[in-house]
Amino acid sequence: MGDAALLNLMLWLPLVGVGLLLVARGNDLRTRWLTLGVMVAQLVLTAWLYQRFDDTAVALQFSTDAPWIPQWGVQYLVGLDGFNVLLVALTALLGPLVVLGAFRSIDRDVTLFHVMLLLLQFAMMGALLAQDLFLFYVFWEAMLIPMFLIIGIWGGSRRVYATLKFFLFTAFGSILMLAAVIYLVVSLKASGGVSSFAFTDLYQSRLPLDTQSLLLGAFALSFAIKVPMFPLHTWLPDAHVEAPTAGSVILAGVLLKMGTYGFMKLGFPLFPDAARMYTPVLMTLAVVSIVYGACLALVQDDIKKIIAYSSISHLGYVMLGLLSLELIGIQGAIIQMVSHGLVAAGLFLLVGMVYERCHTRQLDEYGGLARLIPVFSVFFMIFTLASVGLPLTSGFTGEFFALLGAFRAAWPAHVAGNSGPLVLAVVAASGVVLGALYMLRFALTFLFGPTKAPHQPLADLSGRERLVLGVLAVAVFALGLFPAGVLRKTEAAARSYQALVLTPRLPGGAP
Amino acid sequence: MDKVQLLLWLSMALFAIGLLGVVIRRNALVLLMCMELMLNGVNLSLVAFSHQRGDAAGAILVLLIFVVATAEIALAIPIVLLLVRHRRSMNVGEYSDLKG
Amino acid sequence: MSHTLAFIVLLPLLGFLLNGVLGTVLLGKPVSERVVRAIGCGAPLAAFALTVRAFLALRAGDYAPIVEPLYQWAAVGGTTFDVAFYLDRLSAVMTLVVTGVGSVIHVYSTGYMHGDKSYGRFFAYLNLFLFFMLLLVLGRSLLVLFVGWEGVGLASYLLIGFWFDDLTNARAGRKAFITNRIGDAGFLIGMFLLHQAFGTFDMDTINAGFASGTASVSGVSVTLIALALFVGATGKSAQIPLYVWLPDAMAGPTPVSALIHAATMVTAGVFLVARMSAVYMAAPDASQVMAVIGVATAFFAATMALVQTDIKKVLAYSTVSQLGFMFLALGVGAYGVAIFHVVTHAFFKACLFLGAGSVIHALGGEQDVRKMGGLRTRIPITFWTFAIATAAIAGIPGLAGFFSKDQILWYAFASSRGGSPWLWGVAALTALMTAFYMCRLFWLTFMGPSRMDAAVEAHVHESPLSMTGVLMLLAALSAGGGYLAIPRFLEAQLPLPAVVGSLEHYEHTLLGVSIALAFAGVAIAIFMFSTPSRAEAVRQRVMPLHRLLSGRYFVDELYERVLVKPLEWVSATVFLRGGDRAVLDGSLHGLASVAQRAAAVLSRAQTGSLHLYVLLVMVGIAGALFWGWRHG
Repeated sequence: MGDAALLNLMLWLPLVGVGLLLVARGNDLRTRWLTLGVMVAQLVLTAWLYQRFDDTAVALQFSTDAPWIPQWGVQYLVGLDGFNVLLVALTALLGPLVVLGAFRSIDRDVTLFHVMLLLLQFAMMGALLAQDLFLFYVFWEAMLIPMFLIIGIWGGSRRVYATLKFFLFTAFGSILMLAAVIYLVVSLKASGGVSSFAFTDLYQSRLPLDTQSLLLGAFALSFAIKVPMFPLHTWLPDAHVEAPTAGSVILAGVLLKMGTYGFMKLGFPLFPDAARMYTPVLMTLAVVSIVYGACLALVQDDIKKIIAYSSISHLGYVMLGLLSLELIGIQGAIIQMVSHGLVAAGLFLLVGMVYERCHTRQLDEYGGLARLIPVFSVFFMIFTLASVGLPLTSGFTGEFFALLGAFRAAWPAHVAGNSGPLVLAVVAASGVVLGALYMLRFALTFLFGPTKAPHQPLADLSGRERLVLGVLAVAVFALGLFPAGVLRKTEAAARSYQALVLTPRLPGGAP
Repeated sequence: MDKVQLLLWLSMALFAIGLLGVVIRRNALVLLMCMELMLNGVNLSLVAFSHQRGDAAGAILVLLIFVVATAEIALAIPIVLLLVRHRRSMNVGEYSDLKG
Repeated sequence: MSHTLAFIVLLPLLGFLLNGVLGTVLLGKPVSERVVRAIGCGAPLAAFALTVRAFLALRAGDYAPIVEPLYQWAAVGGTTFDVAFYLDRLSAVMTLVVTGVGSVIHVYSTGYMHGDKSYGRFFAYLNLFLFFMLLLVLGRSLLVLFVGWEGVGLASYLLIGFWFDDLTNARAGRKAFITNRIGDAGFLIGMFLLHQAFGTFDMDTINAGFASGTASVSGVSVTLIALALFVGATGKSAQIPLYVWLPDAMAGPTPVSALIHAATMVTAGVFLVARMSAVYMAAPDASQVMAVIGVATAFFAATMALVQTDIKKVLAYSTVSQLGFMFLALGVGAYGVAIFHVVTHAFFKACLFLGAGSVIHALGGEQDVRKMGGLRTRIPITFWTFAIATAAIAGIPGLAGFFSKDQILWYAFASSRGGSPWLWGVAALTALMTAFYMCRLFWLTFMGPSRMDAAVEAHVHESPLSMTGVLMLLAALSAGGGYLAIPRFLEAQLPLPAVVGSLEHYEHTLLGVSIALAFAGVAIAIFMFSTPSRAEAVRQRVMPLHRLLSGRYFVDELYERVLVKPLEWVSATVFLRGGDRAVLDGSLHGLASVAQRAAAVLSRAQTGSLHLYVLLVMVGIAGALFWGWRHG
């Protein structure tokens, strides 16, 4: 079987899994193992493709190109490239861990839950692998529904409010994007005569600046809601708080990255001139997100909200790196995406584990857990420090490169008389202090001091839980200690992103 | 004034009478009859145009409308009868609480 | 290619991993103290032995720097980020101090921590600290240095909060970490600027670029770089305005205070500046700032040390003050002298802290000097070693502190790179205070009548050999360490600044003055504290000043009011309540309720009256026809 076929198998495997679950309706345990098996199989396939991935090639790899709706030029076009390879790997890695993490916590409608997980996995993979705008949009929308149901059915007490908010925000963004997609393709056909939704064709489009701005606005709104960037972030804390652990993990681990991935793959390269024009605005919003998210994380009493707000702050660094348009910054942004996926997933899993034992999310009801459950505390400390961006962890690699990129971009502007970017970069660099502030406050109350927990005696982590967190911790350290291999995989994509956004593409100019 | 024009005037008159009836009458059965009148006004115009153009499409459309109208009446009369049995009144004004 | 340097660095890491897994409750029952001790002390001792070997290799190579690449951390575009180790005269001195003093403090800890329930965890952390510290001093690139820099902050955080059952300890750890982070942000900015200018983080390349004057500092201001790096140094080395964490850091076990918060970690800032000396040579303004901040820190910390009653707090402020001296030396371009003081300070301050630890150990945890006294005969070895170290820090001629401090004073006066009489004046006054407060501490602890509680007094005992042996060794070094001619050894790499010619003949005068000051400080202290009523009378006389000093100038309270509270207020009130809840969610909910209300209004049109509907339809049709006719 060729690698392209394996890629398709990898993509469709969760759907096969859904079929199996529906056919083999049986006891819950079998459902869990079956789902786990499917996820692991997908991970193995992804690992195979990952190591086969040729990091010198710019072009799409293992791609499949089949007509889907030929009248409109819609294709079934999927493949791996430097943009998505890491996120695909991250998604595949989190899949089995989520299933394992939810082994005990979900006891209602187990089959339905796992069907939802598999559907979500399928949609996320599809959105990442799609190289055709229409296909992308279909998967993009398809991600919403299982997530919506996961929060709505297995969520906490205010789940209806949270789901509604989540749905309204994201659906609002999606509809704008749909309008923009249609407009973009129609205008491409009108100007060039090509009727195609393929990204590579759309990258050739030449639109006047005001059209670009409008379309970028629509795309950016949709992506910025997903990221989420200030001021479109208020759905996130509510959704996280109400979501079951598995939902939070996927939401923070992969779904949020769809926003930044969208900016990198679509938003900026499709409308480069507008993107460059609005860079100051977006950069300001990114830095505001960093500071604002951190400040809000500082004053939360709900342990899940702390992590939710920290996500806003961390993804601000991703945006900062992407907007720097410096190779180092872009690479940093990609690493930061993966890093945040690992770290936030780890933290949400940890919080979920303690919630399963104590049934409260109030920070001040805990204390001295380091004495009660030492293994848990070690893992908690590791992920906390990774979140703070301590060297040797993935958080440092991402933040460091993103900030370095921002500085490299800001300094020439400063020399040329525009100090705005430099101020932003300095503020972003000071964000590391705020990061330490809220995470250590969390750790202080949670782990240290006199022992206090609502449901004693607390059992320390089980073997299953140690396995899940151990895998994530290894990944966190690997990315912190040896990022070179990972960076090589994405370098070509980062370069092409940089070239796409930096090259003017107004109508009439030289190609 | 040729034949078609005459027929069109007639169909407009039928429609107008029907509409007027729908607006001012309260009796449910009369309302239904007025609606039939409006439909037939339109039918007449269709037949007239069909005749003028010399093709059968309009006439076929009229046949279709007959079928639909019959079905509609067949449903509407029992509903009206049921309502009347329920409230002993034909006055549609008394059924405004059916808005839901 | 040998990997000696890598082994030096990685051995403590191995110790950390082994002790962290085996010596703690992570895998159930921890291994015995004996195994922990063997691993915990074995790693640093082996590292020390390897360091000596590496040093001999360096000397055999006529002090040509040894570069030892380990692996490539990352490469982006054409820029590579390598992990490599670098041994030259400067890092050799530092590595010897770190592994040497580090090893003896490990040995001391085996006695001091004996019986603690987290014995294994303690040695794991201590080894972790050593790993990061060695990374810091041996790294070739600023990036590796920064990794170590942040890492020692982490180890310090973990060790200050070692006894985390008491929340105040954990809080002190957090304060240290956060304060250091503020400095680190500055450090990061400095690093970014350097990278902008040179495209590399390798410090030898950067230094060479500055030294040869060919540096293509493309519009990047050297002063800015120097100041940004100095911000990092003020955090780690506890200078104004970021010194506040160090006194609180005394919450950790005493060996930690000795190793991290006196001998090694806090001197990282000094090391950084000396390492990047070429930057500071090119930035006289920044150097001037550094000298002023250094001398100011030295002075203010010394005033605060005058009135502290906690034995470790006195030593903490004394450390801050001595670090100020080092920065003064750096600021006037005497880099080698600063490192000299780092070394001698490591000896005598480690000795003092460990001596204090021995006292605390003997008294079962008592740290208040007002409840001590008369320990001279009860714990003689501690007494004598403490006496020697006190004399050394006070600047009594012939002992280690005298040599290094005297040179700092001299260069502060006469250096052609920013020396001035007033710097010397403040520094000399500080030296006087140093002699005074150290002697006060010594007197209150060991001399005079006993003020101990009876229960405590009954249990006073001399510490075991593992502790006293270390004390004796360090006392010997405090006495003889001054004869290591470190400035001259480093001169090939860190040239001493020229002395202003017209001032040269003052050298012996100043030497005399500083000796006189040291003795004067000691004499005043003995005069005051040998008769308790006399000290009390003075205290009463200067009550407002005393209150200001023992309140530490209320800087902590000021920071709390000016920084912490406003940040919380802004976050909770402006951002959370005002931003998220009121404006963002509020407008969202507002939109939702507008939609609901509009729907309520519109739904009234649905009356249920068929006639009305038909009428509306008719009006609509008529309107559409009319519009069509008008626009036809």
